[in-house]
Amino acid sequence: MNWIANNLDQVGQLTLAHLAIALPPIVLSFVISVPIGWLANRLRWSRGILRWSSGALLTLCVLLYAIPSFPLFVALPSLIGTGLRDPVNVVVGLTLYGIALMVRTSADGLAAVDPDVRESATAVGFSGWSRFWRVELPLSAPVLLAGLRVVAVSTVSLTTVGAVLGISSLGTLFTDGFQRNIPAEIATGIVVTMAIALIIDAILVLVGRLLLPWVRATSRAGGPRTSRSVKQAVVT
Amino acid sequence: MNLLLDAIRWVFDPANYGGPNGIDTRSGEHLALSGLVLLIAVVIAVPFGYFIGHTGHGRGIIVPLSGGVRALPTLGLLILVALNVGIGVVAPVVALVVLAIPSILAGAYSGFEAIDRRVIDAARAVGMTEWQILIRVEIPLGLPLLIGGLRSASLQVIATATLADYVSGGGLGHFLFLGLQTNNYPEMLGGSIVVIVLALASEGLFGLLQRLVVPAGVAARQPKDVRLRPVRSQTALG
Repeated sequence: MNWIANNLDQVGQLTLAHLAIALPPIVLSFVISVPIGWLANRLRWSRGILRWSSGALLTLCVLLYAIPSFPLFVALPSLIGTGLRDPVNVVVGLTLYGIALMVRTSADGLAAVDPDVRESATAVGFSGWSRFWRVELPLSAPVLLAGLRVVAVSTVSLTTVGAVLGISSLGTLFTDGFQRNIPAEIATGIVVTMAIALIIDAILVLVGRLLLPWVRATSRAGGPRTSRSVKQAVVT
Repeated sequence: MNLLLDAIRWVFDPANYGGPNGIDTRSGEHLALSGLVLLIAVVIAVPFGYFIGHTGHGRGIIVPLSGGVRALPTLGLLILVALNVGIGVVAPVVALVVLAIPSILAGAYSGFEAIDRRVIDAARAVGMTEWQILIRVEIPLGLPLLIGGLRSASLQVIATATLADYVSGGGLGHFLFLGLQTNNYPEMLGGSIVVIVLALASEGLFGLLQRLVVPAGVAARQPKDVRLRPVRSQTALG
């Protein structure tokens, strides 16, 4: 406890640095992934080479996620021309991870929209564009939100890995605490990181309640097929 | 691109094999560590997950808790444990088990929850005891989702096990940290390539397993093409 009282300034600064690195990837990966997920889902329905490319796109995402974060942060500077200790590396790396997780969730969420509903929307005259915004997106929103929550929490926690390379974040408390043998410093880093992750998660849940009032109303009426695909999307 | 070629050359250089710091030895360590972690995590998480899935009890506590664990930074936990038990392999095992548990737990209970309730009611109606329902209905039907949980846990563990060598826990992280200290990019990238290959091998293996464990009766009823999904009357019957 003494350590925290004496180093409150440092913890505050590192928290801000942490947020500056962690927040952009959460937003960017969501904005980039939904269109890609939509495309992957559309291609899934086509034939031949296009159908194959949908599978290839989703496999590419799994491949991306298989790259360990720490070597990725090391390798990125040589690929995008930044310095080894530039926070941009971590932002780009975490955005890639976010995309890897989110594209799959988006594709699954959009695929879980009942084909009957999609066909009805077309039948009553929705164009492809407005059908996406007014039918498919709202109906897959709970799955997208669940995916976004996973991305947000894991991004906040992965940001700490950058500290191994000397990029300032709450992870700096881990490496510094290890070198100077101060368990309280490491514990503080863990607690603050988790607190940030859980606060962002809570904000997302709240935003979800405000923006998706129909979720609670219809969740009980949802058929077993819908709920199963939602669960699968969240597990994987 | 040159860097990537150098890295691939590093991976295939016979001089980098054999001995305590050979790629083969370090890969073995990496896999042994990951395997041990998965084994311990399964022993802890699967019974809990099955209990939650079967009874529905404890869901309200365990689900937010495992969500909270996801937020736990593995690097911090690893270092905190290492400061308490000393450097070596114990700290990585503890940290990685904690990392692996949420996915496996979620796979175990959601595998049970995804089963059509009517199937379980039918099993009860034909006179199966709770244990028989568990062993002969719920576990086989829930297996694909459990393997799915194991699959993502395995990927995470293999990728994150690179941090183990930060506290001298061995594994392929050795090449990354050594390369970082000596500014040896081919070694760092080469080490990453080996980790990626292992991670993809695990993906492929578990993906295959996931297909194999689908019970024959269930597999027969699932149409291959999404457009051929059963019409409603059939769903109501099945």
